[in-house]
Amino acid sequence: MTALLGAVGRAAAGVWWYLREVSGETAYDRYVEHCRRHDAAGRVLSRREFERRRQDDRDRSPQQRCC
Amino acid sequence: MVDTVRTETTPPRRRPPLRSIVIWTLVAVVGAVAWGVVALTRGEQISALWLLAAALGSYAIAYRFYARFIVRRVLKVDDTRATPAETLRNDTDYQPTDRRVLFGHHFAAIAGAGPLVGPVLAAQMGYLPGTIWIVVGVIFAGAVQDMIVLFFSMRRNGKSLGQMAREEIGVVGGVAALVGVFTIMIILLAVLALVVVNALAHSAWGTFSIAMTIPIALFMGFYLRSLRPGRVIETSIIGVGLLLLAIVGGGWVQDSSWADTFTLSPETLVWALIIYGFVASVLPVWMLLAPRDYLSTFMKIGTIILLAVGLLLARPVLQNEAITDFASRGDGPVFSGSLFPFVFITIACGALSGFHALIASGTTPKLIEKESQVRMIGYGGMLMESFVAISALIAASVIDPGLYYAMNAPAGFLGDSLESASQAVAGLGFSITPDQLAAAAASVEESTLVARTGGAPTLAVGMSQIFSDGFGAGGQAFWYHFAIMFEALFILTTVDAGTRVGRFMLQDTLGNVWKPMRDVSWKPGLWLTSAVVVAAWGYFLYAGVTDPLGGINQLFPLFGIANQLLAAIALTVATTILIKSGRLKWAWVTGIPLLWDAAVTLTASWQKVFSDDPRLGFFAQRDRFSEALDNGEVLPPAQSLDDMEQVVTNSTVDGVLAAFFALLVVIIIADAARVCVKALRNPAAATSTEAPYVRSTLVAPSGLIPTRAERELMAAAARGDREGAG
Repeated sequence: MTALLGAVGRAAAGVWWYLREVSGETAYDRYVEHCRRHDAAGRVLSRREFERRRQDDRDRSPQQRCC
Repeated sequence: MVDTVRTETTPPRRRPPLRSIVIWTLVAVVGAVAWGVVALTRGEQISALWLLAAALGSYAIAYRFYARFIVRRVLKVDDTRATPAETLRNDTDYQPTDRRVLFGHHFAAIAGAGPLVGPVLAAQMGYLPGTIWIVVGVIFAGAVQDMIVLFFSMRRNGKSLGQMAREEIGVVGGVAALVGVFTIMIILLAVLALVVVNALAHSAWGTFSIAMTIPIALFMGFYLRSLRPGRVIETSIIGVGLLLLAIVGGGWVQDSSWADTFTLSPETLVWALIIYGFVASVLPVWMLLAPRDYLSTFMKIGTIILLAVGLLLARPVLQNEAITDFASRGDGPVFSGSLFPFVFITIACGALSGFHALIASGTTPKLIEKESQVRMIGYGGMLMESFVAISALIAASVIDPGLYYAMNAPAGFLGDSLESASQAVAGLGFSITPDQLAAAAASVEESTLVARTGGAPTLAVGMSQIFSDGFGAGGQAFWYHFAIMFEALFILTTVDAGTRVGRFMLQDTLGNVWKPMRDVSWKPGLWLTSAVVVAAWGYFLYAGVTDPLGGINQLFPLFGIANQLLAAIALTVATTILIKSGRLKWAWVTGIPLLWDAAVTLTASWQKVFSDDPRLGFFAQRDRFSEALDNGEVLPPAQSLDDMEQVVTNSTVDGVLAAFFALLVVIIIADAARVCVKALRNPAAATSTEAPYVRSTLVAPSGLIPTRAERELMAAAARGDREGAG
């Protein structure tokens, strides 16, 4: 029973990880990590600022959607 | 240890384990039996699951053997070589992305309404030709194209198809590719918008639900922008909930006094779409496009999974014939022309789609972690799209053939009443009574299903049958409108995104002549170029909707030809690169699909331009109607002299376009042949356009499930990271 629950838990965690990655929710986490790695003392954008900038970037680089 | 670091350049020749031999033999046997049943059964109906088994078995074998052969022998992928995601990493455009996540992004970008619409129309020829082309086409042409373009673009730091055409073939090829991409996009957008108009016309339920997606998307946009920045999943769950509510609400609206407000004529819908297309494409992405994109992606993946499960549960029986008489006679009501070449034109996406080459040379190559992953993402992604196409073909083939033709023949052919439609269908050799037609419309709570062309309503009827049988809860009307919503939603996303891409291309091109244009956020330039793009597809949309001969059967072949033309460009570029890089002996891998594709495209354009049959040839049609017009006659299905003039104009424009597309293909192939001959005569002079080799320090698996060796390497790399950091 505990083994089954464990397996279900792992599967759910996997789905959650996948959804967060695919939807781009983890982009901010990666950005923060990127800043720390390259310039530990530099200013890090807040999540709000970062997401705005990311959305506005999409205005300048259109993504093709296929048929 | 040496053995585990496979460089792929010298594949180790080991005897495969017994277990693997047994499994693959079984897969081959199941696939072969299923193909036998599908191909040889005549006169009795078979279960749709045989089609699925044949397709899935073939995909598995192709992925395991053919894709692996191409990756190892032809492309010679090298996992010690760093990809652009690693060498140019900036954590925005270039970023090593988990293969499973990238597969999701790539699939979401390539899959749209195309693989759903084409197979539905091609069901006119029976289920067999479409099935064979979808499966064989994807294995030897479509998936190969996607994977190889992805690989070559990756080796060139993510260059676009147009840039590669210019560098590998020359200015002529490059310009032809650019013009081709732009025109194709216009036709594509017009055809897709036409599908939406045909699905929503005179349907208060459908129109209301789709209209509601605009406020829902705006709400999501503001929510993500101001309230909860970056919380995409939570926002999407709210959005999908509202969307389902909008579908249910459509049913209430249809029965209320609001019904008239949302019951719109096709012409009104055209104007609504044109205005929507313009406004949506000049608004900032975060307001409408981004949230729409999340919604349509979730709906797309969800519905595909639902359809697969529904098929397994409902196990429907195919009502369609294996091969209809229209296949050889070429006089089908849905689209004219015989099996060759028109099945291969009508089913583009799902078997071979040139449009994918734009995605495969867009963002995906900049995100890929390991060269060997092109197999999973490029080849695997396209197999998945092919599976969607097979599901659509099944959905169109499980409905009664009489109903299929009553829905898909042009309005002019079917007449104004259920009786006339029933007679017209009988004239085709199928039967459906007026009562049955009324009952079919009532079961999905639409006013009528007669002449609901464009593929979407037919697919929706098929899906609603499968869902209500499979899930046992009835609710056919809900499922019908769910399916309409699902298609219309991502078509509208494509219309918005496509208009933007077209606008950028135009701004970029005009920017070479007039500097201010190049600034993509300069408002007057942005409005002007958006208006030009919208006007271009809007023209074809309006012409299609008002075409007395039926817009879909006139425009869809053009769309197919255009899409396959783009595939010809992509395959030409790929073949040229193979030859220039000294791989003449493997040039057949893309060369044979190219020859096939060129034969299909050129034959289709030839027939569309030069055929004497007015049903088939645009100019023969033009002559017939313009002669009658000169004599003051009105030929059915036209009803007035205005209609006659419109047929003349439309067939002229369509004929010129078909000729233009064919000319583009010929120019590009001829120019590429010249380049290839030059390279073969003087191999030393051929310069490589690949980015230089840089050794990779990343460790990542090639396929979906890491092998034991890959797991060991990843564990070692993780240990190394920790030691390095500590």
